[in-house]
Amino acid sequence: LIFFLDTGLPEGILFFGFGWFFFMHQLFKDYEVRQYVVQVIFSVTFAFSCTMFELIIFEILGVLNTSSRYFHWKMNLYIILFILVFMVPFYIGYFIMSNIQLLHKQRLLFSCLLWLTFMYFFWKLGDPFPILSPKHGILSIEQLISRVGVIGVTFMALLSGFGAVNCPYTYMSYFLRNVTDTDILALERRLLQTMDMIISKKKRMAIARRVMFQKGEVHNRPSRFWGMIKSVRTSAPGSENLTLIQQEVDALEELSRQLFLETADLYATKERIEYSKTFKGKYFNFLGYFFSIYCVWKIFMATINIVFDRVGKTDPVTRGIEITVNYLGIQFDVKFWSQHISFILVGIIIVTSIRGLLITLTKFFYAISSSKSSNVIVLLLAQIMGMYFVSSVLLIRMSMPPEYRTIITEVLGELQFNFYHRWFDVIFLVSALSSILFLYLAHKQAPEKHMTL
Amino acid sequence: MASLDRVKVLVLGDSGVGKSSLVHLLCQNQVLGNPSWTVGCSVDVRVHDYKEGTPEEKTYYIELWDVGGSVGSASCVKSTRAVFYNSVNGIILVHDLTNKKSSQNLCRWSLEALNRDLVPTGVLVTNGDYDREQFADNQIPLLVIGTKLDQIHETKRHEVLTRTAFLAEDFNAEEINLVIEKRYFSRENNQIPGFPDRKRFGGGTLRN
Repeated sequence: LIFFLDTGLPEGILFFGFGWFFFMHQLFKDYEVRQYVVQVIFSVTFAFSCTMFELIIFEILGVLNTSSRYFHWKMNLYIILFILVFMVPFYIGYFIMSNIQLLHKQRLLFSCLLWLTFMYFFWKLGDPFPILSPKHGILSIEQLISRVGVIGVTFMALLSGFGAVNCPYTYMSYFLRNVTDTDILALERRLLQTMDMIISKKKRMAIARRVMFQKGEVHNRPSRFWGMIKSVRTSAPGSENLTLIQQEVDALEELSRQLFLETADLYATKERIEYSKTFKGKYFNFLGYFFSIYCVWKIFMATINIVFDRVGKTDPVTRGIEITVNYLGIQFDVKFWSQHISFILVGIIIVTSIRGLLITLTKFFYAISSSKSSNVIVLLLAQIMGMYFVSSVLLIRMSMPPEYRTIITEVLGELQFNFYHRWFDVIFLVSALSSILFLYLAHKQAPEKHMTL
Repeated sequence: MASLDRVKVLVLGDSGVGKSSLVHLLCQNQVLGNPSWTVGCSVDVRVHDYKEGTPEEKTYYIELWDVGGSVGSASCVKSTRAVFYNSVNGIILVHDLTNKKSSQNLCRWSLEALNRDLVPTGVLVTNGDYDREQFADNQIPLLVIGTKLDQIHETKRHEVLTRTAFLAEDFNAEEINLVIEKRYFSRENNQIPGFPDRKRFGGGTLRN
């Protein structure tokens, strides 16, 4: 029994089950799962990523003995790398090829080709970055991890940057535009008027086509090149008119789409205004102010780190304890408390990053997937998720006291960890600043359109 | 083009089931070459001779309002969509025969459209549960259309068609199963051979 528990299988099954459940009920709510392979791959990626986090926790808490932990780390790492570099990209290529009609017959061959292309670019990724010490050979595990780390860290920093800015923007009601019911009604009226105009033009076109058909003319879609040439040659005024009307209809349809989106936006704002008046809304508003201060501080720290070429040597836990001991004069058992506080801090970081990532993935999936591409998109998301989690492990090393860092350093090999932190800071800064710019522009542009004069 | 001749029909269904292709097929008698996402609502018009050949023949403009989006959209999108559901004469519910979930979502679509009309205050009173009673006194004719029949393997077709027959009964609707396939249409894009030019909506007559 102890051996069974020792292998980490029960937790693995638990994580696998959670991933399966998440896939079934959140991601694929509106679709039918026809290829179970996709669901299995997603759940397996999720399970092994979570096991890695679990091992970090075990490291802090001192569960199991050192050698068995080391063994589990190594095994987990190899499996995850195998999944992320071999399995998922290959299946992505396979499903892309299955969707393309022409290549459907030889999809196995083409997916191998696609995978080889992926491997080429993946390898090339390592060249511009100083991520390895020269003593590593070409076929070592560090080669793979370093590249996976770069991609994962980039994603993490992009998401962090955008999240840090977007979070206060959405929470705080200061930014909410004032929307009244009359605004919404006016916009709806315009939308319906536009639809009526489209309908009347289409009626004219339908009648004209009917008349032409009854006269025995072979009619092509007026927007086609040869149709227009032919109509000019045979001097049929009907089809020339149709081209004109069709252009007007296209413009009106574009307008109707715009109006629809703007109306939906107004409804959303109205809901948010009502929500902000509730108790929960006020609580989130307060949190928003808090997060905006945190966001400004993070941007400031990232700039300082880059400008002064500074890399933090101590982790927040040890530093916090040092401060309390030295400046506040409170004496307590450093070793005991550092272990527990690290556990809580690291635990919170892990849970919030998993939750945040899953929510973001779900939103992204709903926004861009359709019934044809859902398989490919889910696999892409599994790939991103795996890389994200691997890089989290890389970066979380910084938040842990030195005695717990050793195993990560041992297992992942001699990577230039400092580079990753610097790279994270750079991308975070870029992402946060561009998000601020983007949100500013979007905010400024919107109110001028709907304010009733 | 007086409003007397106007017939408004909604075309509802999940994303990707083929509503835009269907509407294009009905109105332009052509296959839609490059279907893309429908944002908001796209309308098309078909000229129809009601009771053709009889003394009571009358020409109607059938407006097919193809409403895009999914049934699980954000409530702001649903509120915006609701503006299209006014004074509807008929509803076409489209589902994908290769995707079971799209058929399950049909009752939610019909509830969304019908409730809007029944409760003029604009408040959607529904907890999403399907209740056959709600359709019993429904005056608006419903037509259920299943698409992509050709993508289902021959052997499974019978099973799929039985399931959809039950579905149509639940709604008290008429049912058509369609193949939207390119090889049925000749190069000159003429009138499709054999495509029914007369359409009955639900069992009801077209009312003004």
